[in-house]
Amino acid sequence: MSEQENATIRIHVMGKTYRVPAGLTIMDAMEYSGYRFIRGAGCRSGFCGACSTIYRREEDYRLQFALACQEMAEDGMYLVQLPFTPAPRSQYDLEKVDPTENVLLQYYPEIARCVACNTCTKACPQDIEVMDYVQAALRGDITRTATLSFDCIQCGLCTMRCPADIKHYHMAQMARRIYGRYLSPVPEHLEERLREIEEGVCDSELDKLVAMNEEELVIAYAARIREEE
Amino acid sequence: MDRLTYFPGCSLKDEAKEFEISAMAVMEALELPLVEFERWNCCGTVFSLTEDDLMHQLASIRNFIRAQEAGSEEIVTSCAMCYNTLKRSSLFVNHAEERLEKINAFMDEEVAYEGKVEVRHLLEIIRDRIGWEKVEEAMIHPLEGLSVAPYYGCMLLRPKQVGIDDPDNPTIMRDLIDALWATPVEYAFQAECCGSYQVVDHRELIVERTYRILSSARRAGADVVITSCPLCQYNLRETQSELKEKIPTYDEMPVVYFTQLMAIALDVDSGELPGPLLARLPIEEGVGKGEG
Repeated sequence: MSEQENATIRIHVMGKTYRVPAGLTIMDAMEYSGYRFIRGAGCRSGFCGACSTIYRREEDYRLQFALACQEMAEDGMYLVQLPFTPAPRSQYDLEKVDPTENVLLQYYPEIARCVACNTCTKACPQDIEVMDYVQAALRGDITRTATLSFDCIQCGLCTMRCPADIKHYHMAQMARRIYGRYLSPVPEHLEERLREIEEGVCDSELDKLVAMNEEELVIAYAARIREEE
Repeated sequence: MDRLTYFPGCSLKDEAKEFEISAMAVMEALELPLVEFERWNCCGTVFSLTEDDLMHQLASIRNFIRAQEAGSEEIVTSCAMCYNTLKRSSLFVNHAEERLEKINAFMDEEVAYEGKVEVRHLLEIIRDRIGWEKVEEAMIHPLEGLSVAPYYGCMLLRPKQVGIDDPDNPTIMRDLIDALWATPVEYAFQAECCGSYQVVDHRELIVERTYRILSSARRAGADVVITSCPLCQYNLRETQSELKEKIPTYDEMPVVYFTQLMAIALDVDSGELPGPLLARLPIEEGVGKGEG
């Protein structure tokens, strides 16, 4: 085997085998093979959650889950890019929801069907304890649901895999919104500063700045007081 | 101090907070505190009757694994529904090698469940490990003059293999009532089903059953009914408003958790108590809130 062949790997896409350079992500490897993504690709940096993918390795019956832009292609991988699969999302007005224990069950009643199989957690490319936050939601612990799901990028793999048809990522997003709106501790300094601004404490200084010409601004900028580092 | 590996269950964090508040306070007073274990999940209610359906055992078993991780071979719960589901699951998989093997292979993200965790109901612990005499000794306000009807429902007693007492003639709650110097009330429907989940689709059925159960207890002289199940409690408590609408003379029957009654007697936090019960208590106001 020549050195050049050593630097390539085989991947299988929709029943066809391709040879691609080693060291590519799943997404790059598929594009190298000639596939073009219009959907199912986004930021290419592991943040947007658009490129959720499933794959299998040779000799392993289990499906594996990942973000195609993050997981490296390996020799012998069976690849398929998932189409966009939206899950139903409940409609609510955040200003009108009642932030008490039963609110998540009320908007996402299917969470009560959780059998604790943990398939969602196994599917999560962000290593979130997905099942644990569904369980927290089930007992009305909105804060824990919001905290545990904080790293979610809404790729939806949990929901695609769930045997109970739970809409984990939408439910958790609602929990984080309720947490942010009603439950998170209020930062006192921010409240105080907002009050100061509304009372016009900064207005006179701002008016001075607006009235300055360019030369005065340059001088003022050079003479500004800086916080010690 | 010894402590119990405690499984609260979802309802006790939500609809049935007073059950947890009172149970915690009572066990603290009896020097065998309930300590909630990490990362517990829903018990898996209701127990699946399908023999080869291992998927529906996962919820219970994952809890057993958590208890095992916490170094315990026992979990204690006060919710009768959780008790029933967890206990039946434990009987289904403990010492069943083939089932355990399959389940452990599926749950490859967890340490293997060894099949050793025993499930116990809080009433059993109070009867067998603490004893009625000690409850009596710890009592600060004897409930003399209060007539209490025990309501077992189904989950504590059936099926026989998981029952904490004789399914036809249970005495465990009566013994508790005796220990608190209250008067136990004998009536026909103490182990009759409350209608359970039928409340979702056939509420009228629950209203009918509530009437049958509570009016029987009333005729036998009860001032209050005690339960151990958040669903029984919900059904018996909430459908009384319909009874009041239908029957103008209907007199509300207070329904509380057995731990709330204990909390009153032991003078610890009982959680919220229904007004009609407070009015009937043979003790001064403020008692049962840990203020006495």
